[in-house]
Amino acid sequence: MTHKHFALKFLREEVLPTAFCPGCGNGIVMNCFLKALEEAGFHDLSNFAFVSGIGCAAWCVSPYFRSDSLHTTHGRPIAFASGLKLARPELNVVVISGDGDLVGIGGNHLIHAARRNMDLFVICINNFNYGMTGGQVGPTTPYGIKTTTTPYGNPEYSFDLARLVESAGGNFVARWTTVHVRQLIRSIKKALKKEGFRFIEVVSQCPTAFGRRIGKPTGIDLMKWFLKQSIHISKVQSAEEIEYKIIIGEFVDRDKPGFVNNIYKIIHQVKRKNGKD
Amino acid sequence: MVNEGDKEVLSGIHFWQGDIACAEGAIAAGCRFFAGYPITPASEIAEHMAKRLPEVGGIYVQMEDEIASISAVIGASWGGLKAMTATSGPGFSLMQENIGYACMTETPCVIVDVQRVGPSTGQATKAAQGDVMQARWGTHGDHEVIVLSPNSPQEMFDLTIKAFNLSEFYRVPVIVLADEIVGHMWEKVHVPPPEKIEICNRKKPSSFDEPIFGSIDEIKIPPMPRIGDGYNLLITGSTHDEYGYRKTVDPEVHRKLITRIVNKIRKNADKIIDVEMRNIENADIGIVSFGCTSRSVYDAIELAEREGITVGHVRLRTIWPFPEKIVRELAEKVDFILVPEMNLGQLVWEVERVVGCEAHVKAISKIGGGEMITPEEIFSEIKRFLGRRSV
Repeated sequence: MTHKHFALKFLREEVLPTAFCPGCGNGIVMNCFLKALEEAGFHDLSNFAFVSGIGCAAWCVSPYFRSDSLHTTHGRPIAFASGLKLARPELNVVVISGDGDLVGIGGNHLIHAARRNMDLFVICINNFNYGMTGGQVGPTTPYGIKTTTTPYGNPEYSFDLARLVESAGGNFVARWTTVHVRQLIRSIKKALKKEGFRFIEVVSQCPTAFGRRIGKPTGIDLMKWFLKQSIHISKVQSAEEIEYKIIIGEFVDRDKPGFVNNIYKIIHQVKRKNGKD
Repeated sequence: MVNEGDKEVLSGIHFWQGDIACAEGAIAAGCRFFAGYPITPASEIAEHMAKRLPEVGGIYVQMEDEIASISAVIGASWGGLKAMTATSGPGFSLMQENIGYACMTETPCVIVDVQRVGPSTGQATKAAQGDVMQARWGTHGDHEVIVLSPNSPQEMFDLTIKAFNLSEFYRVPVIVLADEIVGHMWEKVHVPPPEKIEICNRKKPSSFDEPIFGSIDEIKIPPMPRIGDGYNLLITGSTHDEYGYRKTVDPEVHRKLITRIVNKIRKNADKIIDVEMRNIENADIGIVSFGCTSRSVYDAIELAEREGITVGHVRLRTIWPFPEKIVRELAEKVDFILVPEMNLGQLVWEVERVVGCEAHVKAISKIGGGEMITPEEIFSEIKRFLGRRSV
């Protein structure tokens, strides 16, 4: 008797295999997300709506997930998702997209959705570069790294995405890498149950456009590097220690009421008041 | 979203500002989602929606910019709500990319542009009519949108309802191209009882197999379900087949899709176009006008009538699709057509294109400081062209 892979029930089999490059981390993130759903007891994606932008990571949900998906313009998925969530508050609206999309061109929407505590679950697959367009420098590329548009080394500093969203006001913020699959699945399950803005950064490998230019030409090379560079947030002692490190773990877990709750409270108040008049 | 039925349509006679009439028109049309960003001279629309939408169970959200506003509007529209945003030139420029997304994904939405003096920040509080071509061609690539032009607070109400109806029916973004004068003017507005207001809602698919992004009949409008209703929708701004699957290299799929979304407007233009016509048959001279400028034309026509001159007037409530046949008919009747507009020539080019050699076309242009073209200025051009200089 043959067993189908657990994830197939969540996927559009007719469009498989995926278009991702060999060694890409997107498949690991898709697998972890769907595993978390499986473990949380979901049998299909009918309670979900997925929104993504432009870039390789945006293709995880569109067309591969067997669900509704809104594949939007570059940088804007969080803004589209905000409108959708407000129109259909009963749906779990999940954004899965890349670092260039969500933090580069779309950075303003990210911090404002976090500030509003908009009821969205955002997974940012951070591969340190603009992979789809050929490996250009991005807001997450570490200082000094060579990319196709920083042939002499990156003169800029990078964003710390988890810290950025934490300070902007999200309810849940975590960062893991594609090596930390069990931890990532646990955090996804936790985030699924919460309201407000939830953000998980997944540090992921892009061997094709990024790794091979920094002497790590395979997915495995990059994953070994992630493992070596990662330090759990609970073990961080000093600022010097974390230089060039990837701090992993759950950064924030709070329970401020989400935007949907706040806006519907106002609607109910206004209607009650008008009802009495 | 529950429609309680109360306070949705404020039937009666009101003394309203154009911007407020626009917001009330939207609510009367069934709009239950507004996302916007403050900008003069459109902020009053947002302020009124912020107050009124919660009363009818709708959502108002102020976004971080106009890009986010139009994005949220499109998201809400796919969530099943009638959705709108309102802005002016600078914000309208920022919205262009996602207006293209709405064209490509056939998403109903209404964008109000209360025009002010541009380009750039220009004169923020002053009226202009400089966005005629941006409304038509602001986003990249082949596309068609519908653009309506109100000339009074009453029409800010009426044409906003019409904008929603057209948008829902044709699954296309509809732009209400107002201007600072009409937006900030206070006038009497008659709001009919709800049963007298015609409302059009998007067609839902009859089965899960029905294509959402195509049909055999090229100008038939495909049905549109909501996200979350079990259709497993694939919605993308990339070229897609009739079921939404991305087809980014196939030339035939692209030709078919774009030809259809263009033709659904072009081939239905006669049904969409709405113009006001006066004295076409026995006209001595013609005028094509729109928006606030048309109000000066009315007075100029009276001045001309006193001197025995009959002016044939075509006033565009629909600017795009452009009423080619009607303007051509006018050209057949007269030797001269004047096109007054508060820009250095935009609509006049379209009139010239359509009229060809049938008549001489002349722009009456005025820009800056929000100064309207006066009835006297239009009248003096009428006289100049007819060679009847008096006094």
